[in-house]
Amino acid sequence: MERVPILKIGGVLLVSIQIDLQDQSVLALQEDLAEKISATGAHGVVIDISAVEIVDSFIGRMFATIASISRLFDADTVVVGMRPAVAITLVELGLTLGGVRTALDLERGMRILENIGRERGRTGLEAR
Amino acid sequence: MTPRSDGPEELPIRADDDVVRVRQLVRTYAQQVKLSLVDQTKLVTAASELARNTLVYGGGGFARVEIITADGRTGIRASFHDEGPGIPDLSLALADGWSSGKGMGLGLSGARRLVDEFDLDSEVGRGTVVMVVKWKR
Repeated sequence: MERVPILKIGGVLLVSIQIDLQDQSVLALQEDLAEKISATGAHGVVIDISAVEIVDSFIGRMFATIASISRLFDADTVVVGMRPAVAITLVELGLTLGGVRTALDLERGMRILENIGRERGRTGLEAR
Repeated sequence: MTPRSDGPEELPIRADDDVVRVRQLVRTYAQQVKLSLVDQTKLVTAASELARNTLVYGGGGFARVEIITADGRTGIRASFHDEGPGIPDLSLALADGWSSGKGMGLGLSGARRLVDEFDLDSEVGRGTVVMVVKWKR
């Protein structure tokens, strides 16, 4: 099973999915992220799916689960870079991804996390 | 009329990574007949849902993928076969939001919305076959 690497940039964890996700990799990523948020005290998670060709219900549910787990550690999650064909398919599949914040690209995603951080009195991308 | 077939190609669905292989095979076929990118994505996503069902609920089985032509149209047919417990109530299983507990209840009903043709054949104690077709537009 391939694992998805998690990078730390300041107070943000960046997950860029570059592999064809099998279900075990999805579950491993959820666990790895929970560990990493807890260990680093990150305040944000960005999941970059610009290289992901399909999002089915299992992968879609992962985004919601990761967002919920992050919330428990006072961290926010943004999913960025969704391909148009994936978005159209998700809607038709019936997956609403309620509660999952999205942004067009990585840059905007980082900005969203910065703004949330500012609202909560954190300073930008600095780690706590 | 009986569609002319090209292929078929079969892949076992015994483990997690077989689901990934099925997705890749279906995509290769979809590209071969030049389905649009959106239609490729819809078909591959449907195949992913159905292959997972075969594995998780059917206890494993196999997928068959082929190119078909009928009435001057070309399309991809993918079917998913298992010899698992079968589905006791088909209309319930196809209802949105229904789930036996492990998923979101979107697998079957969601997959059906993503394809042009959908056929579900299941017998309790014998197994399940799900067949989907996506035509090139």
